[in-house]
Amino acid sequence: METKLESRVRQTRVILNSNYAAAYAVRDADVDVISAYPITPQTGVVEKLSEMIAEGELDAEMIHVESEHSALSAIIGASAVGARVFTATSSQGLEYMHEVLHIASGMRLPLVMAIATRALSAPISIWNDYSDLMNVRDTSWITFIASTAQEVYDSIIEAYMVSEDPRILLPSIVAYDGFWMSHTYEPLYIPEDRKTVLEMLPRRPRYTLDPDNPITMGSIVNPDWYYEIKYQQVEAMKEAYRVIREADAKIEENLGRVYKPVESYLAEDSEILVLTYGGIYGTLQTAVDLLRSEGLKVGALRLRLWRPFPARDLKTLVEDAKTLIVVDRAISYGASIEGPVALETIAALYREGLYPTIASFIAGIGGRPVSEDDFRDMVKKALELGERALKIGSIHWGVRGAEYE
Amino acid sequence: MSWRELPIGGIILEAGNSVKRKTGDWRVLRPVIDQERCVRCYICWMYCPDGVIEIRDTPYRTKAGRIWNITFEIDYDYCKGCGICAQECPVKAIELVEEVK
Repeated sequence: METKLESRVRQTRVILNSNYAAAYAVRDADVDVISAYPITPQTGVVEKLSEMIAEGELDAEMIHVESEHSALSAIIGASAVGARVFTATSSQGLEYMHEVLHIASGMRLPLVMAIATRALSAPISIWNDYSDLMNVRDTSWITFIASTAQEVYDSIIEAYMVSEDPRILLPSIVAYDGFWMSHTYEPLYIPEDRKTVLEMLPRRPRYTLDPDNPITMGSIVNPDWYYEIKYQQVEAMKEAYRVIREADAKIEENLGRVYKPVESYLAEDSEILVLTYGGIYGTLQTAVDLLRSEGLKVGALRLRLWRPFPARDLKTLVEDAKTLIVVDRAISYGASIEGPVALETIAALYREGLYPTIASFIAGIGGRPVSEDDFRDMVKKALELGERALKIGSIHWGVRGAEYE
Repeated sequence: MSWRELPIGGIILEAGNSVKRKTGDWRVLRPVIDQERCVRCYICWMYCPDGVIEIRDTPYRTKAGRIWNITFEIDYDYCKGCGICAQECPVKAIELVEEVK
């Protein structure tokens, strides 16, 4: 992310964690209905929103429910009658929503959800990794992964812009690291006047449930048309890329911050590139500086957009590099390459006709910290292994006793 | 028609279109009302989940000479044969007959 000091909209500097940044964005988007069930580390988002409603800062309905399954179902209903809606969750909560995730996207409702990512049980872990998010990659939700509180704020606004676009009408997820970001305070800029945000988010017409113009939503469809209806989602998800780029341009114009589907740091002249996502991108950039001081031509990449997957952006950035290292924070058990983003990256680059040496690392599982030294050692390990790295599959970084032939 | 013209998300834009879908062919058991035994209590009409019990203004005279001013009839175009009417009938006037033997 680049920040321009001058922006069209007057802004004020605040200190927030990513949970609160999400809540402020929801407030500024003038959301009508919120429903959520508390789960660590997401709780701060809805606590802050409850506070805002109680203080009269936000005129919204907060629906208290008995589970995440109900939370998502409640906002599906509210969205179906035309409300702008929001929910937030983590980990088991997201898993519990799973079947409803498909219903939300299949009904083409523009919901927005924040996810403070967290490891999955069992064993129980409240700490961060991205196993929860990666498990929902095929649910047809547009998915952003933020790396700063500023980006969480901006991405929530952007998510409403994209989801509510009549060309798209798919729900969006804005994900960020549980604890590493959800509970870490950072400075960010937010507009002084909420009206400027609402100008970016005009209420646009779509099909809604209205007694004066009755329609049926959530109908049953036989094999003769079901596939065409699901294919509409395939096309909408592809089209979302273009609409996201338009929204990026509007964010830049109004708020002065520049976002790309794949962010990069010193990538231009790099022979070695390290791709990751979420809050550890900052650590990776420091590691890149360390490695550069040792004379290695290393650069950093960060996947901001997970769905739709930005294959061409990745291709453009990776084109001149010899080695690509992908650092995942989730495990796809039994996959040929167990890092989900590594797996997707290999498929995307193959599609684009690019075959760099690739190494897949999995790190940070269950909240284990990933330091600058870890990144530096991963780069060295990848260089040492060369072509052999991918034959191994994914390297489970730092696991005691893990051996690779 | 292709995916482009189809309303998104399987939305049905036309209200009241369920009349076009005749669900009577789902039926395995056909409820048949015995007009002799029926006491016109409205219980089947009340319980029917599909609203296919119709009240007709046709008078009916029983063999014993009793005259009823109304007759209950089943709309077999939409009756799915769930059997709730037969189950609830207090005088056992509704029999479930197999559609195909």
